[in-house]
Amino acid sequence: MKAERANFAAELERLEEIVRRLESPDVDLDQALKLFEEGVERLRAARQRLAAAEAKVKQVLADEAGTLRVDDLDR
Amino acid sequence: MGEPIDLFAAASPEGAWTVAEVTKRARATVEQGLGALWVRGEVTNFKAYGSGHWYFTLRDATAQLRCVMWARDNRRLPAAPTDGLQIFVFGKATVWEERGEFRLTALQLLASDAGGLWQIAFEKAKAALTKDGLLDPARKRALPLYPRRIAVVTSRDGAALRDIIAVTARRWPIAELLVLPTKVQGDGAEDELCAALALIARLPDIDCAIVGRGGGSKEDLWAFNSERVARAVAAVPVPVISAVGHETDVTLCDLVADLRAPTPSAAAEAATPDQAELLGRLGHLGARLGRGLALRTERTVERLARTGDRLVAGMELRLERGGHRLAAVGGRLDALSPLKVLDRGYAVARDESGSVLRRVAQFTPGLAFRLRVADGDVAARAEGR
Repeated sequence: MKAERANFAAELERLEEIVRRLESPDVDLDQALKLFEEGVERLRAARQRLAAAEAKVKQVLADEAGTLRVDDLDR
Repeated sequence: MGEPIDLFAAASPEGAWTVAEVTKRARATVEQGLGALWVRGEVTNFKAYGSGHWYFTLRDATAQLRCVMWARDNRRLPAAPTDGLQIFVFGKATVWEERGEFRLTALQLLASDAGGLWQIAFEKAKAALTKDGLLDPARKRALPLYPRRIAVVTSRDGAALRDIIAVTARRWPIAELLVLPTKVQGDGAEDELCAALALIARLPDIDCAIVGRGGGSKEDLWAFNSERVARAVAAVPVPVISAVGHETDVTLCDLVADLRAPTPSAAAEAATPDQAELLGRLGHLGARLGRGLALRTERTVERLARTGDRLVAGMELRLERGGHRLAAVGGRLDALSPLKVLDRGYAVARDESGSVLRRVAQFTPGLAFRLRVADGDVAARAEGR
């Protein structure tokens, strides 16, 4: 569950960094390929997560004792 | 109607009335003679008792009138009037027998200036919030760029919730909306709003919150002007977007929230990024990735082919475009090919040496030649001109 909760801000930051490094003249080919592959994989995963997303709506109710219950909200 | 007062009925001390009899008679006379009425005047000596009852005097340049407004009648009002305020009071004139005092029992109270009591209540609560620093712009927190869980405090059945869900589903379906249903107007709305806002702190991984409702009258929106609710908004541990009513209504909740949105839809837009924009950004990063790698060396071309199936959108798009171009060029080449012309029913005549026969003069009678049609050659002979 935790892994599924994509942190897009961190993801984009890492991708920007990969691209910047790839564009800098001081990476050798080996590093460049590794960066490229990581970047491609991250992009693929990010796009897949977006494509698979379907807005979830839940409602939170508290009973008298203060216990929380989370249900799917009928729409 | 009581008995008419007979001035001679108590003409001697022997026949004297008791105090109670007089005040009782006075009360009946006043209540029947004046009844219920609207009175206009300036408030002085206002005092609210612990019991919730209000006592004040209405006055004008020459006269005064004691008034009482019972708690059960004044609790619907947003604020108590202040001394000096011009008001209209609807009430019943009476005599308070225990004190022998003439007074008005107020049932309704309106301030005569715009906004009136609502404005007083608003300003009072706002001053208290300001004093505690809750309206300080420095308190405003930045909203998360890519929220995953958004708490929504609003009515379960309102248009506001439907709008928030629709906008979020369109823009940022990655988000999960956790709805904390509450009353948003009427008795109990303040309590429920405060309770729901307090619950947010107990929910895990909430990135931001939306609190609000659709438009309504000033009275309908009043819970969002409650000082308690405003303080509950300020206490939410994540950034809060407030969207109450229409663009023109600014409530205390709006002032305390980290962002004020004009409508619930706008609140959902403010809370979420547009996935199309993010996809565009990813595509752009993909293109840069591809270019960055291409810059390295020729050999990368081979590797690119090997990782082709994993190419990102930008790259795929470019390859696809290239593919279309190739197909188009191929099509043109094909059309120019002589074979294609033969397909359409033309034939090429060649002599034994293979030279193309173009003119009538070249076909001497009896000349053997070959005819090339779409699917092969046939032998032919010229018969004559």
